[in-house]
Amino acid sequence: MSETCSISVSGMTCAACSSRIQRSLEQTPGVKDASVNLMTGTATVAFDPTAVTPNGLVDVIRDTGYGAELPSPDATPEELLEAQDAERNAELTDLRRKLLVSVVAGVASVVLSMPGMLGIDPSTARWALLLLTLPVVLWAGRHFYSRAWAAFRHHAADMNTLIALGTGAAFGFSAFMTVADDWVAAHGLEPHVYYEPVVWIIALVLLGNLLEARAKGRTSGAIRRLIGLRPATARVVHEGVESDVPVDRVRVGDLLIVRPGERIPTDGEVIDGRSFVDESMLTGEPEPVVKEAGAAVVGATLNRNGALRVRATRVGRDTVLARIISLVRAAQGSKAPIQRLADRVSAVFVPIVISIAIATFVVWYDFGPEPAYLRALVSAVTVLIIACPCAMGLAVPTAVMVATGRGAELGVLIKGGDALQRTAEVDTVVLDKTGTVTQGRPSVQHIELDDEALRLAASLERFSEHPIAEAIIDAARARGLSLNDPDTFEAIPGKGVVGRVGGRQVLVGNRGLMSYRAIDTTRFEQQAAELAANGATPVLVAVDGRPAGLLSIADPVKPTSAAAVEGLRRMSLDVIMLTGDDERTAKSVARLVGIDHVIAEVPPDRKLEEVKRLQQDGRVVAMVGDGLNDAPALAQADVGIAIGTGTDVAMETGSVTLIRGDLLGVPDAITVARRAMRIIRQNLFWAFIYNVIGIPIAAGVLYPFGGPLLTPALAAAAMAVSSVSVISNSLRLRKGP
Amino acid sequence: MTPSELFVTAVGLAAIAWVNWYFFFARRSSVVAQAGGGLQRARIEVDNGYAPAVVRVRAGQPVRLEFHRVDGSSCTEEVVIPDFGIRRFLPNGQTTAVDFMPRAAGAHDFACGMGMVRGKIIVDE
Repeated sequence: MSETCSISVSGMTCAACSSRIQRSLEQTPGVKDASVNLMTGTATVAFDPTAVTPNGLVDVIRDTGYGAELPSPDATPEELLEAQDAERNAELTDLRRKLLVSVVAGVASVVLSMPGMLGIDPSTARWALLLLTLPVVLWAGRHFYSRAWAAFRHHAADMNTLIALGTGAAFGFSAFMTVADDWVAAHGLEPHVYYEPVVWIIALVLLGNLLEARAKGRTSGAIRRLIGLRPATARVVHEGVESDVPVDRVRVGDLLIVRPGERIPTDGEVIDGRSFVDESMLTGEPEPVVKEAGAAVVGATLNRNGALRVRATRVGRDTVLARIISLVRAAQGSKAPIQRLADRVSAVFVPIVISIAIATFVVWYDFGPEPAYLRALVSAVTVLIIACPCAMGLAVPTAVMVATGRGAELGVLIKGGDALQRTAEVDTVVLDKTGTVTQGRPSVQHIELDDEALRLAASLERFSEHPIAEAIIDAARARGLSLNDPDTFEAIPGKGVVGRVGGRQVLVGNRGLMSYRAIDTTRFEQQAAELAANGATPVLVAVDGRPAGLLSIADPVKPTSAAAVEGLRRMSLDVIMLTGDDERTAKSVARLVGIDHVIAEVPPDRKLEEVKRLQQDGRVVAMVGDGLNDAPALAQADVGIAIGTGTDVAMETGSVTLIRGDLLGVPDAITVARRAMRIIRQNLFWAFIYNVIGIPIAAGVLYPFGGPLLTPALAAAAMAVSSVSVISNSLRLRKGP
Repeated sequence: MTPSELFVTAVGLAAIAWVNWYFFFARRSSVVAQAGGGLQRARIEVDNGYAPAVVRVRAGQPVRLEFHRVDGSSCTEEVVIPDFGIRRFLPNGQTTAVDFMPRAAGAHDFACGMGMVRGKIIVDE
């Protein structure tokens, strides 16, 4: 009898760690088999449950010095999202109820504040106001006080502290005036009360909180949509029987049936069938893509018109969608360097505002007109209420969240606030040629050969490993020619290949090969030169010592490259193509897509040096490449943009990843980043300016010059508007690139 | 100046001094994460603030912070530790474990989703 369990292991840094854990597991009595995966941080153990328990295995791993945990029934992203939504809805309902009560009390308090008009005794009116305000303070505004107190105990102060102090002071003063009105009158003072502002401040701040909570929910809309894409079930064929199972139970290797109109349950390979698949939700590519046997498909994409049989190749957290979600989550948790400024200010903001409020009170008390103590109190309360630390705290993170989410919708993964900020600063875009500007798959463009000569050439190429060989074989297959293996084969480096196929002597190669074998190809000369000038490589073929014709091979430019380059140039970016190819081919490709500046004949290992050289000229460089061969150059660049190759994306390399395999994502990424930074600067500017102007006015600096004094209720309205407007400004990033 | 003005001025100045001392200079509660089973653990109560707000851990050993959230305010519904790329939702009334690996000595901030409520992780050699 045997059971299997998987344990998550933390703290492993190298292969030595994982093998040490594996050894100690294997030496444990009752363990039949153990394997420890360093990359995923999991140990999978087959054990005899009568000899050892999973918890015992956890202890074994911990004894080796690593962290180990049995997987808690891990909440899925959907469940977490549901819990988050449920909490938010509960909060919204609660806020709405409190707001309603406060507004009703607020209207009543306005009426009661004019006792003369109602013809009631002022003392009775004060008591009525006290009774009206009590539920607002004790129930609707209760959380301001309890949260302020909790923060205070931790030596922290936030917006709640300011609200609690402001309303608390006004309410306490008014309550004293109400209860002790005889004593106040005996001292020759007129009892003044400020219940009305207390109620309105609480009502307005609640309204602000309500709007803020709703808007904050929207900042995570993009990741919500991504999580929502996950299909719930898959139709699995098991021993010839089809059944619907939850997606979590699909294993690698399972055969799945995807009917038209359904989402593909997980990443896989098409076994048979043919259909258009809409991948726009992950790649941003609007055109559906044809998928047939052998093609890779991505989970969560939409199968349009045909039925597909798909073999699952990746499941669970290894799928493209799961990796996108986790990258976007991590990006949204990161900070943009520009936030440091806001952080530094908001860390000291509230205590400083409290100090200013106290100073305001003292100055009004000492120098203000009579009744000085009343003016002092009102001005101090107004200072506390108008100050808005929230607007500053929200300025950067909300914009980073919305922008990275919007990027993901466009198929552009920006790996965090840092990457976002640097991408916005880019002034030079360096494009790798092969596989970035071009498709990276050489193919035959032009054939001037009869079928027999093509068949012989392709048959000979079957033994060649040159990338050109594959293109020639594909071209012959496309014409339905049947190939056989050559009898003899010789590759002549830099020239071509020579051999015998079915008793005939065949040569495939360049001009050098032909003249080397003394074959006269003069009549193809001019054509060959023209082809080369157009960026293609001419290949000559000779059979039995006589020239048979030529074909040309080129790595075609991606259809979207020219539009992408045009887009980048319109954004006044310098576009440079960097390639190892020879200058003539490189220049003609560059001409096709509209690039003026080419750096050619750079071997892969020197691309990094070229990027460095550009940076030394003071440029901020974005390097766009495939993420595998170009990894060092991507790392050197200020922004490394890894471009996807179909569905298999090296997503973790580069600070930006384009899921879609074309260059249109580059202008998108830079546009999103530039817009985000513009919005962040606006947010920070307004948040600062608001406080810098609002607080002195509230304190009354304009008063000696005949300027206005703000009322506390007006201050509360201004504060609510300021924090909501910052979020709304960030939400503008949800639209457009 | 009248005696009452002098009195108010003196009390006001003292209050300003106290506010600045209390929020900026008074000692914050800190806790050293408890090691055991290869994991350093610390429990943090989330109630409109983090208690303790400062956690000391050792470098090179995995850390698990157990956030127990009790405040039901959307302000603290997420905890973010930017230096470790963590943004985690903390369901109210539950304990949520957040794991990470501090590789080198240094200080790392953690904060609520909107950066208003803060704490610090100090990594010692």
